[in-house]
Amino acid sequence: MSDITQSLAEIVGESYVSDQPEEAYFYARDPGLMPTHEPDYVVIPKTVEEIQKVVRLANREKIPIVPMGAGMALTGLVIPLKGGIVVDMKRMTRIIEVNENARLVIVEGGTSQGLLKAHLEKNYPKLRHSIPDSPATATIAANVMIHGQGRLSQQYGFNSDMVAGLEVVLPSGEICKIGSNSISPDWFSKGAPMPDLSGLFLGWFGATGIITKVALKLYPRKKLRDIELFITDREDLMQEMVFELTHTEMVEDINIFTQPLPMIFKDNHHMAIFFTGDTDTELEFKRKMIWDSLDRFIRSKDGGFMGVSPAMKPTLLEMPQRSVSRFADVNKGGGFEYSGPIILVEKYPECAQKIKELAEKYELGYSGMARIIGRGHCMMYGFAFTFNRADPDMMERTRKALHEVSKFALEAGGVFWKATVDEQKMALDKMDPNTLALMGMIKKNIDPNGIMNPGNWEVR
Amino acid sequence: MKYADIVHRCFRCGYCKFTSDYTDFNCPAYRKFRFETYAPGGRMWLIRAWLNDEIKTSERFQEIIYSCATCANCVEHCVFTFSEDLVNIFIAAREELVSEGIIPPPVRDFLKNIHVNGNPYKEPANERGKWAEGTSIETYNGQEYLFYVGCVGSYDERAKKIAATVGSLLVKAGVSVGILGEKETCDGNEVKALGEAGLFELLAEQNIESFKKLGIKKIITLDPHGFNAFKNDYPALGGEFEVYHYTQILAQLIRSGKVDLKEYKAKVTYHDPCYLGRHNGEYKAPREILKSIPGLELIEMERNGENAFCCGGGGGNFFTDILGGGEDSPNRIRTMEALDTGAEIIAVACPQCAKMLEDGIKAEELDDKLKVMDIAEIVTQALP
Repeated sequence: MSDITQSLAEIVGESYVSDQPEEAYFYARDPGLMPTHEPDYVVIPKTVEEIQKVVRLANREKIPIVPMGAGMALTGLVIPLKGGIVVDMKRMTRIIEVNENARLVIVEGGTSQGLLKAHLEKNYPKLRHSIPDSPATATIAANVMIHGQGRLSQQYGFNSDMVAGLEVVLPSGEICKIGSNSISPDWFSKGAPMPDLSGLFLGWFGATGIITKVALKLYPRKKLRDIELFITDREDLMQEMVFELTHTEMVEDINIFTQPLPMIFKDNHHMAIFFTGDTDTELEFKRKMIWDSLDRFIRSKDGGFMGVSPAMKPTLLEMPQRSVSRFADVNKGGGFEYSGPIILVEKYPECAQKIKELAEKYELGYSGMARIIGRGHCMMYGFAFTFNRADPDMMERTRKALHEVSKFALEAGGVFWKATVDEQKMALDKMDPNTLALMGMIKKNIDPNGIMNPGNWEVR
Repeated sequence: MKYADIVHRCFRCGYCKFTSDYTDFNCPAYRKFRFETYAPGGRMWLIRAWLNDEIKTSERFQEIIYSCATCANCVEHCVFTFSEDLVNIFIAAREELVSEGIIPPPVRDFLKNIHVNGNPYKEPANERGKWAEGTSIETYNGQEYLFYVGCVGSYDERAKKIAATVGSLLVKAGVSVGILGEKETCDGNEVKALGEAGLFELLAEQNIESFKKLGIKKIITLDPHGFNAFKNDYPALGGEFEVYHYTQILAQLIRSGKVDLKEYKAKVTYHDPCYLGRHNGEYKAPREILKSIPGLELIEMERNGENAFCCGGGGGNFFTDILGGGEDSPNRIRTMEALDTGAEIIAVACPQCAKMLEDGIKAEELDDKLKVMDIAEIVTQALP
C-alpha cells in the first residue's frame, strides 16, 4: 500500500479506498465516448469531514481531485484527466431536512434523484422536485453542478436556478456556505438579496470545490398528471407553437422529439406536452387551454394532436423516463451520446435539419430532443446518436458527428451544455476576453494549486 | 465465454442497483462495497475488459465476480432487453474462472467439499438424514411426494430444526411424503451459481437418475435454492418433476381446511427469499399462510416482493461469506429494516435466509427485540 493510499485509508477507512486496476479501469471512463484516463485512487467518503481531509491531503500533495456523482453526464466530466483521486460521493445520501411549507429540502452531496423522488412521494405527497430524465442514480448535486434541466424547467428554469443554498468544500479544505445559510440557520436562497456566490461553483464541474450539501426548491405536486402529443412537420413553426403553449401557463413541461423510427415518426416533430391538476376539472381545463392554444395550427393543417395509447402513456409519464436509457441499446450496442447545446427556440429548425444531415452523413441512428427551458427563453436541443460499443468504426463516426454538432452549435449562437473538454476550449476561445480573464482570476484564487478537476475550465 | 456477445450492451445507467421506486440501492454487493465495480453495471464493464485482456484475473476481480448474490434484483430492474441474462452472465464469468482454476479460496473449498463429500460441511452422507430422527417422517417408498431438504437443511443445526418442523407439519396434515435420508445428495443450485457447471450437471444427473429409479414424480423442497434447481435447471437435463416449495403446499392445505390454525398473536414481517421470489415469482403463498393465522399481524418491510433486499446468502455467499462482515453487510442492513417495521419476528421461508438473518440480529445485538422464525415454525405455534 502506497503512502497516499495509506493516508486515504486512514481518512475514509480501508474498505472505501482503492488503488486497484479494477476501479482504475471503471472510473477512467463514463458511458460516453470521451478518451479514458485512469485515476490513481478512488475514495468513497461518508462525511463532510472526510472530504475535507481528503481535499487537504490532495492540496498538500498537489494531487488532482475529481468529485463524482453517478458519472452520467456522458461528456467525460468525471474522467480524471490528470489522474489523482476520484471522490465517489454516493455514500453521502442523507436527506437532511424537508421544510414542507416553505417547499425546501436539504440533501447531502451524493443523494440521487431517485432517492429524493421516493422520499418525497412517500412522505410529502404534495411536493416534488424537477427530476431530470437522466437515470435515477444521477445525483442532485452533480445535476445542479452541470446546470441540468428537469421536468419543471419549462416553468422554473434550469435545475440550478432552483438551488436554495450550497455547502462546498473548497480546495483548501475549508467548508464554505453559499446563500442565506451563510448568515442564517435557514436555507432558502442561494444568493439574493446578497451577492450570489453560487456562480463560483455551479457550472464549474467541480473545478472550484466539492458540493457537499444542496438546498433545493420544491414545487407543488398535483395529484393528476397527463400528456398530449402534438405532431407537426412544420419545424419552422415550432417557436410560434412553443410561444402559444407557454403563454397558457398551463404546461408542466414541453419536450419535442424527432426520430427516424418507427417510419410514421420520420420527418415529424412530436411535442410532448405534460400538464397536471389536482382534480379532473383542473386537468380538463388545462387540456382545453392547451388544445385551444394550438388550434390555429390545426386549422391551417400544420399539425394535430395524436392519440396517446394507454400502453404508451406510462412510458411517457414515467419520471425519470427509463426509455431514455433504452435508447442506448436500440441497435444492441449499449451506447449513445448526445451533445445538448442551450440555444434559442428559434434555432429549432436548424437543429432539426442538422441532426438529420449528420445522421445521414455518418450513418447513425439518432434522436433529436428539445426541452423548453423557461417560458420559451431557450431550449436544450439534444443531438443524440446511438452507437455500438463493439464497433470502433461506429464509435468514431459518432465522435465525428458530435464534433460537427459542437461547431454548428457555437456558430448558431448556442452555448454548450455540460461541455466536453474540447467544447470547453472552443467556448473559452470564443469568450469575451474580459469574461475569460474573470474566470481565470476566480479559478486561480480559489484553487491556486490547480488540484480541482484539472483539465476542466482551464483558462490559459 | 457464454454471453460474450452481450456484455458490451450495458450502458451502466444504474437502474439495476435500485428498487423499482428508487427507495434505496438494492444490490447487496453494491450496498456492501459501494464501488461501482461491485454493481451489476460495473461487473458487466469489467467482464468485458477482462475478456479483452484489459484487466487481469486478480484477487479483486474474483471478489467482484463472486460478490454477486445472484439475487436477481438487477434482472428485475435493468431496463434493457438482455436483463433476463444478467445473473447468467455473472455465472458464466464464474464458469470461466473455475475453468481457469483461479477462484477465491472459500469458493474452491466449497466446490471441493461438494465434490469429495457430497455436501459443503464435509460431513458423512450417513449423517444426512439425522435431522428426521424423532419425527414421524418416513423414508421415501413410493409416497406421493419426495420431501427434499438439501445440504443446509440436512447438516446445519438451525436448519435441521426447520427441516424437522416442516416435515412434521406435512405429515401431520396428512400429506403423503417421504425423504431420502442418507441417500439424498446435493441439488447443486449453489454449485451452478458458483460456476462449476460440470459438477452441477453431474449432481443433477445423479439426482434425476435416482429420483426416476424411485418413481418420484412430485417434489416438495424445504429450500428455495433446491426448488429453483429442480424447477428451472433439471428439466433441460431430463429431470421433469412437479416441484413445489413447501409454502405452496402449506398454503393449499390451509386453504382447503386440512390445517386448522388457532390464534397466535405476533407482529411479523416477512423476508422474501430471492430464489422463491424474484427467481420463481412466488410472493403470495408465504403471505397467504401468515395472513391466515388469527391474531398475527403481518407488517411489510419497505422493500418487499420483487423489491425485497437480499439477505446476502444467495449465489453461494452463504458458504463463501464474501458479503459478510461489517455494518454494511446485507444481513445486517436487512435486519435493521425488519426492526424498523416494529415487528418482533422475521418470518422466513428459506433456511439460508434464517441463518443469515439470525447472524444479522446477533451482530446488531437485537436478540431481545427480534427473532427469526421459519413460516413452518410460526404455523406450528398456531396449531390447536
